Amino acid sequence: MTNFLSRLSRGLAIILFFGTSLILSGCQSNEIKGEEQALLTYAPAVPAAITRNHPTKVIIELETTEVVKRLADGVDYTFWTFGGEVPGKFIRVREGDLVEFHLNNHPDSKMPHNIDLHAVTGPGGGAASSFTAPGKGTTFSFTALNPGLYVYHCATAPVGMHVANGMYGLILVEPKEGLEPVDKEFYVMQSEFYTQGAYGDAGLQPFDMEKALLETPDYVVFNGSVGSTTGDKAITANVGDRIRLYVGNGGPNLVSSFHVIGEIFDLVYTEGGSIANENVQTTLVPAGGSAIVEFTVDVPGTFIIVDHSIFRAFNKGALAMISVEGDANDAVYSGLQDESVYLPEGGAIQNIAGAAPAAQIAETIEERIAAGERIYSSNCAACHQPEGQGIAGVFPPLAGSDYLLSDPDRAIHVVVNGLEGEIEVNGETYNGVMPGVRLSDEDVANVLTFVLNAWGNEGGEVIPSHVTRARSTH
Amino acid sequence: MVILKKAIVLVPLMMLLASSAAQSRQTRLPSIPTGMVEIAQGEYAPLYKSPDGEDSIAVSAFLIDADPVTNQNFLDFVIQNPKWSKSQVSRIFADETYLRHWASDTDIGDAFPTSPVTNISWFAAKAYAKWKGNRLPSVAEWEYVAGAGLHSPDGKSEDGFTTHILNLTNRVTPNTPFLVGLTKPNYWGVRDLHGLVWEWTSDFNSALITGESRADANLERKLYCGSGVVGASDFTDYAAFMRFAFRGSLKAAYSGANLGFRTARSL
Repeated sequence: MTNFLSRLSRGLAIILFFGTSLILSGCQSNEIKGEEQALLTYAPAVPAAITRNHPTKVIIELETTEVVKRLADGVDYTFWTFGGEVPGKFIRVREGDLVEFHLNNHPDSKMPHNIDLHAVTGPGGGAASSFTAPGKGTTFSFTALNPGLYVYHCATAPVGMHVANGMYGLILVEPKEGLEPVDKEFYVMQSEFYTQGAYGDAGLQPFDMEKALLETPDYVVFNGSVGSTTGDKAITANVGDRIRLYVGNGGPNLVSSFHVIGEIFDLVYTEGGSIANENVQTTLVPAGGSAIVEFTVDVPGTFIIVDHSIFRAFNKGALAMISVEGDANDAVYSGLQDESVYLPEGGAIQNIAGAAPAAQIAETIEERIAAGERIYSSNCAACHQPEGQGIAGVFPPLAGSDYLLSDPDRAIHVVVNGLEGEIEVNGETYNGVMPGVRLSDEDVANVLTFVLNAWGNEGGEVIPSHVTRARSTH
Repeated sequence: MVILKKAIVLVPLMMLLASSAAQSRQTRLPSIPTGMVEIAQGEYAPLYKSPDGEDSIAVSAFLIDADPVTNQNFLDFVIQNPKWSKSQVSRIFADETYLRHWASDTDIGDAFPTSPVTNISWFAAKAYAKWKGNRLPSVAEWEYVAGAGLHSPDGKSEDGFTTHILNLTNRVTPNTPFLVGLTKPNYWGVRDLHGLVWEWTSDFNSALITGESRADANLERKLYCGSGVVGASDFTDYAAFMRFAFRGSLKAAYSGANLGFRTARSL
């Protein structure tokens, strides 16, 4: 009798088991099947969406290197990297995947490194198991238990310095059910750099520990350098595209007020989690945190990604661009003029305090133009655009500008002292505020000489004594 | 006339040098081997200390090499001790990258004779030191010497010292390490402690760093760093954190392109 019952219950269990697994195999299974090498991408690219409906074993190889690269025009920095670039390579796995992680430290590295992936459940997020001397490799495994967008970073002492030098990236754990398909996906990661020289000071700039402790960076950038994603390197899309940005913040210190000028996020997976908020203008991205934002681009033009803690955008480099092509939609586009309210300086002209940086002395007009071009891209291009074309209705053009070319002396005043109120440029009215720019007389002369000779402008030279004179007649 | 002036200046100077050399010979017994300098006794405040450890460690007077051991120095050693050559060394004592920048067992190839030798294991460094009648410096000794500025035993009392050391430490490794002995000697007369190569110490892994720098606070091994974050004596000495992290990542058979050594001797 007992025997019969136990046989019966065993039989039932078998039927139940097979029945359930049949149902499951119809949609998806939780059993790990197969093995694959993860394809990792550099920002702003994102690996293709995962089409598997089952977990697998994913093998990830990531190399730590220490490299000297461009931080801004004329400015180099010794970056410590995951994969040779800042931010580190983007990793994409699926919820339930068993990840076998290989961290290799290049033999030329000076430092040992490790990796703490916030997607890992376990001590140190993997850091305790991945401490790797130069010329060595380590391996550990974890299961991606929780879906979401996670930061990874180096956690070797002094940990702040490893992060400050560029050791962070993103790992996306796609939920089992996948993410809604979109037209374009991009990887954008904010971070800040602390250099011994001031913003724009040329040459190889060493890490400044004092500034890092005070949390006063010289550079706040997207994707590892000033201008990484502007002009020719802007993210591109077409009118009507649904765009998804995987946004991370490597820090090490600052929290980002992430904003796209002229767009409203239709969806924000706040902090990279599972709950979507709708119709968001600016979303906070914590240091060591993330957000997934989605929006559809309805009109053509340049949409500027900023940290809306806005001095970082205009004075420290926190600016990237989405260039959208397609047919215009005048009704929607005209709304863009309201963007002028985002200017942080408010209604009054302001100057930024501090001693003027030492300028190099240009001997010839050619040297002046060359020096001016660098100053332009660090100080002016954010608003007036890389080709001096401005943004219609918001930032006046400099290329072929009647306002500029008819009176270069007035232009000196504008650069030195700032300008507010209504002006007319090439028949179009602008009513904004430009802050006075903190530049030496030499730098003002150089940048204006560059502007006067760029993009088809007719030429001319501004020399430092003109600037000195203009300052004294303010 | 000009020559005469020089002579007038030179003669007393030479006399002065001769007398000071004679004086130091009298006080420094036994005689100091060529290339080594004497370090006076003092105290070293450890970056990491055990929970019940002292705030400072007494360092007795000792001798240390003024410069790191060079390729040429190490070649001399290998020629006399073939078991430490690339082809014969035991894998237990040196990993696969041991002396990999040398062309062969007895040919340093493109390496400079006066560059610091790198790609050597702790075992090899220790064997070399023994062969020289010396030993490896301890972490406390090494840090004590490296903490000196240009003008005093306490570099941190000199303006810009911490930043300068951090800048040196933070440099990217050049493809070919620079030559030894080109930089200014510190207060003790020791050169190239920072920024040229990392250096082995006898007890390189006694300050326990797990790799998870933030968790080191929870380790309760009395002999080791104990309390990591809480235990660190100076949060602003990033160069020291880097050295301790580097040492913590090593095993005795490891060899690396940035890792050399110098020897020491007790008095």
